Amino acid sequence: MQLLRTIVLEIAGLFIEDRWFALATALVLGAFALAATTHVIEPHIGGYALFAWLAAVLIGGVLYAARSERG
Amino acid sequence: MLAAALPAFLASLVEFVEALTIVLAVGTTRGWRSATTGTAAGVALLAILVLAFGPMLGRVPLGILQAVVGAMLVFFGLRWLRKAVLRYAGIIALHDEATIYERRVGSLRADAARPGFDWVGSGTAFNAVVLEGLEVIFIVIAVGATAGALIPASLGAAAAGVVVVGAGFALRAPLARVPENSLKAIVGVMLSAFGTFWFGEGLGVAWWRDDVSLLVLVAGYVLAAALGVALARRAHARPRRIPA
Repeated sequence: MQLLRTIVLEIAGLFIEDRWFALATALVLGAFALAATTHVIEPHIGGYALFAWLAAVLIGGVLYAARSERG
Repeated sequence: MLAAALPAFLASLVEFVEALTIVLAVGTTRGWRSATTGTAAGVALLAILVLAFGPMLGRVPLGILQAVVGAMLVFFGLRWLRKAVLRYAGIIALHDEATIYERRVGSLRADAARPGFDWVGSGTAFNAVVLEGLEVIFIVIAVGATAGALIPASLGAAAAGVVVVGAGFALRAPLARVPENSLKAIVGVMLSAFGTFWFGEGLGVAWWRDDVSLLVLVAGYVLAAALGVALARRAHARPRRIPA
């Protein structure tokens, strides 16, 4: 049972380390999926919009961690 | 073919190094019988999982597979990239296999061996092999399944296993010289780029010149990571304002 729990936590840990960072990533992916399936977003530029949002999440997440760790 | 084999090789290299560190710690403290028993049991469980769930992948529609695996790759890749950026910026400590090895050796020595089967030693090796092995399986599926390149991705991962296990057993020491942090940064960039590409593709994005866009995404994530390192260093160095 303990091993199963460890495996489940480890698998979740593959994708989630910082919960706010994971939540922001999920929000971007969810919003993009909604926009793409409802054809709100132009297919030729949509991919780069997705990249721009994910890059912003990365930089925002790093800055958040840097400020939190500041002594 | 190389587009799937290379990321699978590099990402699996990191996972194999982590598993090997623990298996070596078990072997040197509890004996090689415990280490090999735990490792063999772990490999057997992973093989059963692959045989049981592997064929199901072929039945999932490609668009759904691309979107789901793409999303998982984005989570996985950005997590590694964020950590690598924080390490390069000096905000969190660098990953050090030698320190991890020493710590593991200390805890295994403290737990005195009992007569009979060594459950602690074998269990530790088993856990390490199963957990790191699951990550390797996920990487192979994520990189290979969406591109129809499961075999090159599997070969890339297998090559990483041969390199790491061969080097580890030749040296009988953890592979502390493997630049794990740099590898994690490179793999983080590649997996994030693949994930963004597949997630978009699965949802109907028309990528500029198809696969060439992957190179644009890789360059974009490298730039974003470099910008992240610079901004994080500045933010971390700035003194905190104390209210009057």
